Amino acid sequence: MIVGILFIICVLLIIGSIIYSQKVRRREKSDAVFGNPDRAAGGWYWIIAGVSSLMLLWFYFSWDAARSFFPNAANELCQVAKVAYAINPTRSIFPIDSPVLKGTYLLARDTAHLQRIEQQVGRSSFDQSERAQLLQTISEIRSALLILTSSQYVTSKTFAELNTIAVEIEQLTAHFESSGYPGLATTEEEEAVRAQPKWGEIGIEIPFLPVTERGRKFDAASYTIGDISKRFVKIRNKSPHFEKQVTKVKNQIETFQDYSDNVIGLEQSVVAERAKLIKQINQVFKRIDDATIFPPLALDPVERAIRNFDQAQFNAQDNLRYISIFALPGGSIMASAHACSEQGAGRWLPKPADTVRNFLRIMNPAVGYKNVPMLWYEKKQVGKIIAPVIPDWIANLVPGEYPRHSEAGDVPHNFKSKVLNFARGNYRSPALPVPTGHIWDSLVRVFLGLILGVVCGVPLGIFMGLSRFAKGYFDPMIELYRPVPPLAWAPLILTIFGIGDGGKVFLLFMVAFAIMVISARAGATGTQLSKIHAAHSLGASKIQIIRGVILPNSLPEILTGVRVAVGVCWGTLVAAEFLAGTTGIGFVENVARKQSHYEIIWVTIVVLGVLGLIMDLIMRWIIARTIPWRGKG
Amino acid sequence: MSDLVLKNLSMMFANPVGDDVHALSDINFTLKQGEILAVLGPSGCGKTTLLNIVAGFLHPSQGSITLGGKEINSPGVDRGMIFQQGALFEWLTVARNVDFGLRMKGVSKQLINAKVNDWLDIVGLRGLGDTPTYQLSGGMQQRVALARCLINDPELILMDEPLGALDALTREKMQSLILKIWKETGKTIMIITHSVEEALMLGERLFVMAPRPGRLHKEYHLPFAGLGLKQDPRSIKNDIAFAQQREEILGMIWDMEEEIMGQKSDL
Repeated sequence: MIVGILFIICVLLIIGSIIYSQKVRRREKSDAVFGNPDRAAGGWYWIIAGVSSLMLLWFYFSWDAARSFFPNAANELCQVAKVAYAINPTRSIFPIDSPVLKGTYLLARDTAHLQRIEQQVGRSSFDQSERAQLLQTISEIRSALLILTSSQYVTSKTFAELNTIAVEIEQLTAHFESSGYPGLATTEEEEAVRAQPKWGEIGIEIPFLPVTERGRKFDAASYTIGDISKRFVKIRNKSPHFEKQVTKVKNQIETFQDYSDNVIGLEQSVVAERAKLIKQINQVFKRIDDATIFPPLALDPVERAIRNFDQAQFNAQDNLRYISIFALPGGSIMASAHACSEQGAGRWLPKPADTVRNFLRIMNPAVGYKNVPMLWYEKKQVGKIIAPVIPDWIANLVPGEYPRHSEAGDVPHNFKSKVLNFARGNYRSPALPVPTGHIWDSLVRVFLGLILGVVCGVPLGIFMGLSRFAKGYFDPMIELYRPVPPLAWAPLILTIFGIGDGGKVFLLFMVAFAIMVISARAGATGTQLSKIHAAHSLGASKIQIIRGVILPNSLPEILTGVRVAVGVCWGTLVAAEFLAGTTGIGFVENVARKQSHYEIIWVTIVVLGVLGLIMDLIMRWIIARTIPWRGKG
Repeated sequence: MSDLVLKNLSMMFANPVGDDVHALSDINFTLKQGEILAVLGPSGCGKTTLLNIVAGFLHPSQGSITLGGKEINSPGVDRGMIFQQGALFEWLTVARNVDFGLRMKGVSKQLINAKVNDWLDIVGLRGLGDTPTYQLSGGMQQRVALARCLINDPELILMDEPLGALDALTREKMQSLILKIWKETGKTIMIITHSVEEALMLGERLFVMAPRPGRLHKEYHLPFAGLGLKQDPRSIKNDIAFAQQREEILGMIWDMEEEIMGQKSDL
């Protein structure tokens, strides 16, 4: 319902934008020639049109629009799919979807196979009499095939069975086409239909029981045709002649075992070769023994009946076909014995409504993802917060020994052990709310890597910009690792540092460091000589010139470097979290991928995009605030 | 007395390919305290090299250079510099640019503020102390550069084509300002320029330099700077004596340029 309204609003917005753009064009000066960059200025209404188009695409290809405008379509298509599922084993016997009758195909294949075996026998290590025996058997198998394909051997029982099937299908078709089919639903059925969840509610993907009259027709027919189909595929072309021939061949093949296993003095490889050939003969024989090949015209009544039914059900689909093609683009609804599901675009492109619902679900701190909230806070004692920055070894510096437990079983404390407890945060202290969760972890990693990169990279970059030694000495080290894609380092670094935060932060540090060194160096080398001269003649010392002239003069390059580094770090982080770890947005996406949880994958994609955009906006804001002189100096 | 004395000054630039460049050859002159000197010459005659040596950014290959008897071998606060493009620190406000030198010395805040306001008054930028310098026009930027240089109370002011990037009207105003400051402070000033009119207007003494190697070609003693303090600069420029002088020097430089071109075409 909401989606339907949104869909219509989007369409109206696009139309409105187009109309408004025409109005604006008419109002504007007519001398705006092509190629004038001013023509690209403004145009907020096209932004609206663009966003609306994007939403329309999403609504359309995720089948959310279809769900809204044709709420029963999926259920009806599910019933149609059930018929297809039931009829398929039978259909596949006839030249409906395939070019030839299945029997024709089997016959051709088996004949060709026999021919190949015959040639192999000629080249094999069997002796003359053995070869004659084998070829004899092969021609016996051919005779069995001939029995199958000639109608004079088909028993009247088999004909009767086939006839029954054909009649039953014709009857079904007649019923199916009559208006009353399949009769009124029982109250039990109606209740079961009402009890089942609707399309898109969590649980099964598409309601299985038929909701509409048309659906009930297909549903009922699917069970009947399924039943008939099952019986039909079990019918075998077995006649006394055929059975006799089969027994004969079987006995012959059994004696062949002696040709390989029981001959003394044969080499291992020869034994294997002989056994393989005999096995092949047996394989072809077993296939023919199945008696699924019928005389060329024996199945005609059934084929006619199936074609009729197929046409009838196809006709009965009516507008559902168009709904399937146009409202459910890029895929279809498939049925199996007990469930129907979306396949194609509707499956891997989750519906906006479902995505939002999943987003809200995992954003709920009580749910989260894998027992970790996405973004929340936890109460943490101050001692525990500062403990990571206090090294344990400061306790070792305190004179004395750590206490030992007494015979009475208690653990005494002295000053040294108390210092250790302090360093480890094992003491009572007021609790403070601390952010936590997947998103927070990812942000902290990026932030730490970035800060480390800036703190180490900027001084080195400026040093390299000012000193021939530094430039020459450090350049090879940086240029050696910088061109390597960061992800190529990831496996190695994650091995060295483990899957904790250390490895990821170090990886991001490497990324940010190289970018910061290069941008700070570019900034330092780009300082105008006259400014440095001016600072010299104003009496500034070296340090004062670096702090007061070169550093601020490099600030535009440095901040642009930070902005680039934020983006690259963000990309690298997600990939690193993909590889290893137990928290982070990349981790969430990786788990969702393994579980084919497409809604969550899309949620992480959108969250990553929005966070990346926010970080870039913050950087742009900082740049605009801190270096307003950029490009105006 | 803090006179600027150059003795037998020569400058050679090592050239990795081809001959070494003889930028300056045997320069000798004394600039007395309170004099204003304009140096003029065709491009490539070593004007800027000379100025950079005086400023201490370059070391001469031969000869000596002293200011008030002290050898010059590094930049120092006793020689203030004005550059063609102002070379202001655009990340600082006008006031912070002006007091840059004082802050580097660690002068107390109150003293700085008083001095900054005084100097902004003198250069005609009163009330613009908190303006970012990138918002100023070219002429205003040069006024800031002047104040920034003068607040350090240098003995010698070196100007490297200070008005080269300004429009004609602003240029004349700035010329008056420079003359005014020269008179009021009594500073020694050395101006490099390639505008003959400006050199005549500002130079109490005027050196015309010749290229290859850079050397002092001719020296003039001129009355126009002194007149400029009393008279409107435009009326001076309309003076016949001014015009004659200008034509003479222009002709001289023209010939030098022709000579250079001739040498080039000979090669």
